[in-house]
Amino acid sequence: MKMHPLLIRIVHWTNAIAMIIMIGSGWKIYNDEVLFGFLHFPQWMVLGIWAQHALQWHFFGMWILMINGLVYLAYGVLSGRFRRMLLPIRPREVITEAIAALTFRLKHTDLTHYNAVQKVLYVGVILVIIVQVISGLAIWKPVQFSFLVALFSDFQGARLAHFIGMTAICLFMVVHVMLALLVPRTILAMLTGGPKVVAGPAPTSPTH
Amino acid sequence: MIRSRTASRFRPTLQPDQSLLVENRKLVAEIDRRKLLRGAMSLGALSFLTGCDISDRQSVQSALRTVSSFNDRVQELLFNPNKLAPTYSVDQVVKPPRFNAYYEIEDVKPIDLATWKLELAGLISDKRPWTLDQVYAFPEQEVIIKHICVEGWDYIGQWSGPNLRNFLTQIGADLTAKYVAFHGNDDYMECIDMPSALHPQTILATKYAGEPITDPYGAPLRLRTAVKLGFKNPKWIRAIEVTNTYPGGFWEDQGFNWFAGL
Repeated sequence: MKMHPLLIRIVHWTNAIAMIIMIGSGWKIYNDEVLFGFLHFPQWMVLGIWAQHALQWHFFGMWILMINGLVYLAYGVLSGRFRRMLLPIRPREVITEAIAALTFRLKHTDLTHYNAVQKVLYVGVILVIIVQVISGLAIWKPVQFSFLVALFSDFQGARLAHFIGMTAICLFMVVHVMLALLVPRTILAMLTGGPKVVAGPAPTSPTH
Repeated sequence: MIRSRTASRFRPTLQPDQSLLVENRKLVAEIDRRKLLRGAMSLGALSFLTGCDISDRQSVQSALRTVSSFNDRVQELLFNPNKLAPTYSVDQVVKPPRFNAYYEIEDVKPIDLATWKLELAGLISDKRPWTLDQVYAFPEQEVIIKHICVEGWDYIGQWSGPNLRNFLTQIGADLTAKYVAFHGNDDYMECIDMPSALHPQTILATKYAGEPITDPYGAPLRLRTAVKLGFKNPKWIRAIEVTNTYPGGFWEDQGFNWFAGL
């Protein structure tokens, strides 16, 4: 089995497209009623000329994001990929490897094993996207899903959470793309599948 | 002054040589095929180019509107007619309500209350128009609910007036019809689905915070439903129509989602 099976590669790039649709249209929707007076997204970086187009894109993109996300989560859990690739996360490793990464001393000899920093980032962004879908559903259906609104205090709280989630996802994307460009083999792996791995129990943590 | 030499200034005076088309028939066909391929890919591929004029392109627009119609169906399924929206206390009520329309507050054309009549049309057995006194005499219901705008703002308002379900029953409206449309005095029209019209928190509001609604906020009659976005609540209502034919809507015609349920 390849490091990134075909399904994972399709789901990854589909998610990338869905995210661009959601963020670009979300910025346009935000512009109509800003949360922060100093922040308006310029027209060149948003999706949709008018708010209605942005809303159309947003409520089209949400289906791609949700269905694709559910396929990914189901596959990750059932195939054991999450357990194998993303766990365990040991706090001490996270700290030492984060320091190594920030001083450009983190080695990438083996692509098939995520280092602790990668694990934290990937698990973190998955959780943020799940919360983002929940706050999005709360904003979309504040009466039918009033119990979801309560999680964020009120409607404006859900909007703020949705904005913060978007910001976190954008920051992740910046770091993710930057690191991928630093180690271009990772991009190739997400296109062609990467090196072969043995599916099975989690191998011992690599010493980098 | 510019005068066009032909009937239309966009029509060239010289016709192209038709033999060229015959000679290049194969090429023309090929271009068409390419266009088809490009069209099929455009929706996904163009989404990479954020911020340009893609959402204006007709094919993309029609695809997105198809998705929006699908979302209408999904929302109809999600809608629970017995689910009540959260209500609030009197001290949370914002006074006055927030003004909103497709024009500025200075451009509001107040209704002459002395001559105003509520017209009834469509699948209604008793279509006699209602005077303001008759509307005021109808049993009143009060709701303190959130007004949520599609733009993202919201405020808590205290509205009272006839419950729409009771009103529709009184006038002998066909409660199995699909749509209830509200025509505003400002050429604004919106329609809602019958289940939302029959929701217990859907009223024809005549009062705000216990006082008759004033001119900028829809006097004398406006819709207030807890289960729809703000733009689905027409103000300055002059006519109500019950119909099975989708009548469109002011914002839907411009691409906003029709169901717009909360």
